[in-house]
Amino acid sequence: MESVKPILEFKNTCVSYTKQTMAVKYVSAAIERNTITSIMGPSGCGKSTLLRSVNLMHNLYSNIRVDGEILLNGENILDMEPIDVRRRVGMVFQRPVPFPTMSIADNVMAGYLLNNIHISKSEKAKTVEQCLRSVAMWDEVKDVLNKKGTFLSGGQQQRLCIARALAMKPDVLLMDEPTSALDPIATNHIEQLLLELQKEVTILIVTHNMGQAERISSHAMFMYLGELVEYGDTKKLFSQPADERTKAYLKGKIG
Amino acid sequence: MNIKTRIAKDRIQLWTVCFFAALTAVPLLAIIGEVVIKGFGQISWSFLTEPTPTAYKAMKAVQAGEPIPGGIANGIVGTLIMVGMAAIVAIPVGILCGAFLAENSKKRSAVIISFLTDLLQGTPSIIIGIITYIWVVVPMKGYSAIAGSGALFIMMLPLIIRSTEETLKILPTSLQEAGLALGANRASVMLRIQLPAAFGGIFKGVLLSISRVTGETAPLLFTALGCSFIRWSINKPISAVPLLIWEFFNDPHLQDLIWGASFFLLLFVLTLNLTAKYIAKKWNQ
Ligand SMILES: Nc1ncnc2c1ncn2[C@@H]1O[C@H](COP(=O)(O)OP(=O)(O)OP(=O)(O)O)[C@@H](O)[C@H]1O
Ligand SMILES: [Mg+2]
Repeated sequence: MESVKPILEFKNTCVSYTKQTMAVKYVSAAIERNTITSIMGPSGCGKSTLLRSVNLMHNLYSNIRVDGEILLNGENILDMEPIDVRRRVGMVFQRPVPFPTMSIADNVMAGYLLNNIHISKSEKAKTVEQCLRSVAMWDEVKDVLNKKGTFLSGGQQQRLCIARALAMKPDVLLMDEPTSALDPIATNHIEQLLLELQKEVTILIVTHNMGQAERISSHAMFMYLGELVEYGDTKKLFSQPADERTKAYLKGKIG
Repeated sequence: MNIKTRIAKDRIQLWTVCFFAALTAVPLLAIIGEVVIKGFGQISWSFLTEPTPTAYKAMKAVQAGEPIPGGIANGIVGTLIMVGMAAIVAIPVGILCGAFLAENSKKRSAVIISFLTDLLQGTPSIIIGIITYIWVVVPMKGYSAIAGSGALFIMMLPLIIRSTEETLKILPTSLQEAGLALGANRASVMLRIQLPAAFGGIFKGVLLSISRVTGETAPLLFTALGCSFIRWSINKPISAVPLLIWEFFNDPHLQDLIWGASFFLLLFVLTLNLTAKYIAKKWNQ
């Protein structure tokens, strides 16, 4: 057992959409700071559901129940204000969603605008540049910062969304299949980016692409029917899976 | 089926479609054509800037073989005042209600508001006129622009509520979730992301509602009454373009003015409609 305190810890986390069934069942796992953890598993196994529990997205819908504990730096998220949690836990969605009426610069600063956090002009310009640089986009868009973000390509839009999440300086970044709507080149771009970003932020990424999980993540989870079947070192999980179900999934037999 | 019968069948279908298209287009074009032909010649600077002449003056002019003096400026001013006042209140209230309905469609209060909106939208305008008469004209002891704009406000409200609600509902939920995921509250996301994204549709709804009530006559008969000179005060009887058309129709000496007024009204409403379409299209690109 390592001595570093985990940044994020699931303790018997359960999520249910309906009274009868649980979409996520008693998941327990500790996630180390500044790592990339990929969540894999067949469609419908509860990956998105687990991910969305971390930034309290489920609170938006009154029918969804979340039980157990999710600790962020030792504090139970489920007892915290959603607004505080979401400022510390960023999220990137499957399809890029730039805010259509905002300029590229405003999109990056959207977290500040929406929360009425006032900062000076120079501070703003600095944050925009820094965030766009960290998603390797500054040179591409530095001359069109005041244009709408919707004119960008899909890959650029997704990077803009990552920059938007990074601008809030989150501790944890949640990503739900962030590259599934992108072509291989844009995907490669984003993978390189994530490897860079893990110095600053802890990343939890849902992916259907095993190659991607192998390339970027140090830790991997395998979920099946709402359960966390296996969690550990990515290389080990791929080379010597402990569970039969993981083995079958990796061989392409389930999923 | 061989190729010849297939071509023949296609032909028949084509001609049937053309026939019914023509059937709907003919009366439409006939109406617009008649109004334009008869009304276009009457439009002049004085027609738009001078108030309605008295029946006596009009009669004299007709007897002398001159064109009827004066115009519809009293109606134009009244319409602008009443539609303007109604819009100023109906736009924010309607958008807020629409946003509330789009956000909370399952709440009981939303179900009630939604039902009332449907009810209001289906209420004949003459009944809205009578209700406004009882609620506003009677307690204020007189007809007024305020009463008229009240009736128009009631007519605009459901149109704006529905168009706002519908435009917001077709936005992807991910847009709202992406805003909330940044730690913003619902109101802020609605105000800064959803409403701006829905602007095209909402603006279209507002313009259509304005063009809709601009042509309303029945509710104004009970509330604004009419006035033969240009008046800017809002607590006295006031005229409106559709009211003038009704007055011209009833006064044999003024009948010649009907077409000019109709042409003006048609042009105004048509321009609003086309602008609405154009803006919605532009915004959605
Ligand atoms: N809004 C919802 N209401 C009811 N049930 C839901 C809802 N969202 C997901 N579910 C159910 O919860 C289970 C887990 O769904 P989830 O979206 O987490 O799967 P996933 O692993 O992300 O799948 P995919 O790889 O297809 O995205 C599924 O059985 C799904 O049917
Ligand atoms: Mg999913």
